[in-house]
Amino acid sequence: MTDKYTQFVSRGLGKDIAKRLGLPLPVVLRRHQPGYPLVDGPVLVQGSTSGADELASTLLDWNLDVRRHAVPKEKLGAIILVLDELAHPEDLEKPVLVAAASLRDLSAHARVLTVSRTSASAPDPASAAARQGVEGMLRSLAKELRAGATGNGVLLADGAGTTSPSTLGALRFLLSGRSAFVDGQFLTVSSGAGQLPDDAEKPLAGKVAVVTGAARGIGAAIARTLYRDGATLVLVDIPAAGDHLAQVANEVHGTALQLDISRADAGRRIIDHAVERHGRLDIVIHNAGITRDKLLANMDQGRWNSVIAVNIAAQLRINEALLASEHFRNSPRIVSVASTSGIAGNRGQTNYAASKGGVMGMVRATAPLIAGQGGSINAVAPGFIETDMTARIPFATREVARRLNSLQQGGRPDDVAEAIAFLASDAAGGISGEVLRVCGQNLVGA
Amino acid sequence: MSVNGQPASEPQKSTSSAGQAVAAMPQLRAAVVVGGNRIPFARTGGAYAKSSNQDMLTAALDGLIARFGLQDERIGEVAAGAVLKHSRDFNLTREAVLGSALSAETPAYDLQQACATGLETVLGLANKIKLGQIDSAIAGGVDSASDAPIAVSEGLREVLLDLNRAKTLPQRLKILGRLRPKDLAPDAPNTGEPRTGLSMGEHQALTTAQWKVTREDQDELAFKSHRNLAAAYDAGFFDDLLTPYRGLSKDSNLRADTSLEKLATLKPVFGKNLGSEATMTAGNSTPLTDGASTVLLASEEWADAHDLPKLAAVVDGEAAAVDFVHGKDGLLMAPAFAVPRLLARNGLTLDDFDFFEIHEAFAGTVLSTLAAWEDEEFGRTRLGLDGAFGSIDRSKLNVHGSSLAAGHPFAATGGRIVASLAKMLHTKGQVDGRPARGLISICAAGGQGVVAILEAR
Repeated sequence: MTDKYTQFVSRGLGKDIAKRLGLPLPVVLRRHQPGYPLVDGPVLVQGSTSGADELASTLLDWNLDVRRHAVPKEKLGAIILVLDELAHPEDLEKPVLVAAASLRDLSAHARVLTVSRTSASAPDPASAAARQGVEGMLRSLAKELRAGATGNGVLLADGAGTTSPSTLGALRFLLSGRSAFVDGQFLTVSSGAGQLPDDAEKPLAGKVAVVTGAARGIGAAIARTLYRDGATLVLVDIPAAGDHLAQVANEVHGTALQLDISRADAGRRIIDHAVERHGRLDIVIHNAGITRDKLLANMDQGRWNSVIAVNIAAQLRINEALLASEHFRNSPRIVSVASTSGIAGNRGQTNYAASKGGVMGMVRATAPLIAGQGGSINAVAPGFIETDMTARIPFATREVARRLNSLQQGGRPDDVAEAIAFLASDAAGGISGEVLRVCGQNLVGA
Repeated sequence: MSVNGQPASEPQKSTSSAGQAVAAMPQLRAAVVVGGNRIPFARTGGAYAKSSNQDMLTAALDGLIARFGLQDERIGEVAAGAVLKHSRDFNLTREAVLGSALSAETPAYDLQQACATGLETVLGLANKIKLGQIDSAIAGGVDSASDAPIAVSEGLREVLLDLNRAKTLPQRLKILGRLRPKDLAPDAPNTGEPRTGLSMGEHQALTTAQWKVTREDQDELAFKSHRNLAAAYDAGFFDDLLTPYRGLSKDSNLRADTSLEKLATLKPVFGKNLGSEATMTAGNSTPLTDGASTVLLASEEWADAHDLPKLAAVVDGEAAAVDFVHGKDGLLMAPAFAVPRLLARNGLTLDDFDFFEIHEAFAGTVLSTLAAWEDEEFGRTRLGLDGAFGSIDRSKLNVHGSSLAAGHPFAATGGRIVASLAKMLHTKGQVDGRPARGLISICAAGGQGVVAILEAR
């Protein structure tokens, strides 16, 4: 799945030529496989607050090789910069410059993670400036990292601390190969809700999950990833995609439900199928989506309406049924697939971007409605992902599109699936109403 | 109705010897239809031209497995068959099971009863479930008229076999010398009856003429079949009965836009030499078709333990055969005898059914059968009744279309009908305080027919 250029410049002669010519040097990213370590090498926890101490001791409990001070010349797997007590932008200097001294010791595929507080909840202008300064600093640093290393952050709202379940869950996700194509992003932990899994390899054990649009591409990857993480699956796609759907269902030991999600009774049928066949329903992944691209000047009613109907109206209607159902009350999880098109816009995709922008609005507004049941709802916005759909983009356009991010390559469907699997897990219970971009820090958009 | 074929509904209308024999049997448990899956049926030489029977049966199985989450499940037994079969496919069903997502420890056998193959697999496996021999089963059938076996001529075959037995070069040369150019012509299968040399269509043309079935009535039946099947697709009826295959998501023979006027323009293709006016056209006869179907059967306990639905019970079945060789009855008229016997054994009349699924080999077959049942003389002389057997409410006949529209891959038709009818019965639920009831009738080559009763769960 790695593109040919990335393979070519990853070693030997190709790497040498690309270096001399100043061409992009994408590397094959570190991706999670069952049994792989969380992170390759020691983890430096930088910061002198009590929050930093507590986090460091928790990481020790995970049997990570934790450092509180850099050892010269020692290669590091990750730096976690704990900045949870900033009061003024001047407070950034010391921890940031100390961490800077270790940047050259990062091994390939390392992680630089910040843990700081949300600026919206800051008590005064100076602390707000300091907190938002972290975001600008980290996003810039992420663009400076090389060799598959990424920079991301966790933002703590009031009520969340450095060792809240979802803070730890987010850090686990961001440290691991599961977040390979997540770069320059922040996850906000808004509460102390959530629960870390008993078995880190099977965080979805015992859960029943529905994935729409599961017959191929990102949907099929989501199904495989949720299955690997222990979930029992109900896979939904339109009847005409039933043959591919059956193949995926048989691969992941799930049941196939041929259903057009834009039907009025889709929500009820999904709930009935999950409950009748599998006894419960815990997770719904709204992945099904279509594109009907056309410049707005040439847009027709059919193209516009079909995209809105499938990509957002169907999700709204299914969510209504879910929220009303007595079977979706035990820490339910909804994760929707949005798109960076919905954030930054994309020529020829006014209808698609309207629907995907809609998904993000829906997620934010649904979060308070599902919170009462211990539930959460989030969205994942993929950037350039190598799929059958993007393979049809003309070569030159595709080649430019896939290089225009900090990792200089397209992501894989698995990368989107990993982010979704994390947000669907118990550990993400304190994260809700958020949009997580899986885009390799795309240069366009936020 | 209870599971051993004894009617629950009173009064009992028959005390035939068969009925008494059943009554004396110990109480049997029920065999239920859990659901089904088929691939869309394709006209021969179309979308499945390069697909073998094994490919199609495996695809139909895999769709069923995906629908009901049967991956790695050891099913009690799988039975399926094909009418047109290559000699290499001696273990067709077992090979399809091995190629599917089922447990490799699932046993399987092949069965062949011409066009009744699919229904007979359902009845045979249901009986095993009722007897407690197995708890779950998959019945099915497949046929490809596109990928049909082509044999060498008898002359060439004899030469090749003798050649194999020969020991010396002179012997071999002598044997080869027996070959004649005509021996090199391949021997393709056809739908002709070996004992009469007549094709199935020509046989039916005789019967259609005998029962004075009009062209208009045949065309109307064909029109309704297309219209009903198209409406069923539009309503999403097949969403949980069918899995697309090789780019097809609907039966390719379906003509949603056909009309009585269009059907009336078609030229007759069968019965042109009968003297009377020929009435059978390509529009009111089924075309050669490729496809496969499967049905998941189970005991109620097994279905419950696996959280699977119970759509309908397989109540009873009956086979019959007629002497068409000497012209006593039409080739495809066996169901006209099987149904009265089955209903008598179960104490039922045609009025006790909510759905009739009469396989449309030809429109003339369905209409000849109905005409025979409505005929006083046939009832008295051939069925031994006081008068006519009865007539059916046509609005209950093939309500979601049948073979004229869907096509008819011989052995796959039984599974198509059983799964569809089971879903219709389950949706209907109760009628006048009793479970909805459906009758299936399938005619077959060799003058045979198999019929069955399903009842809603």
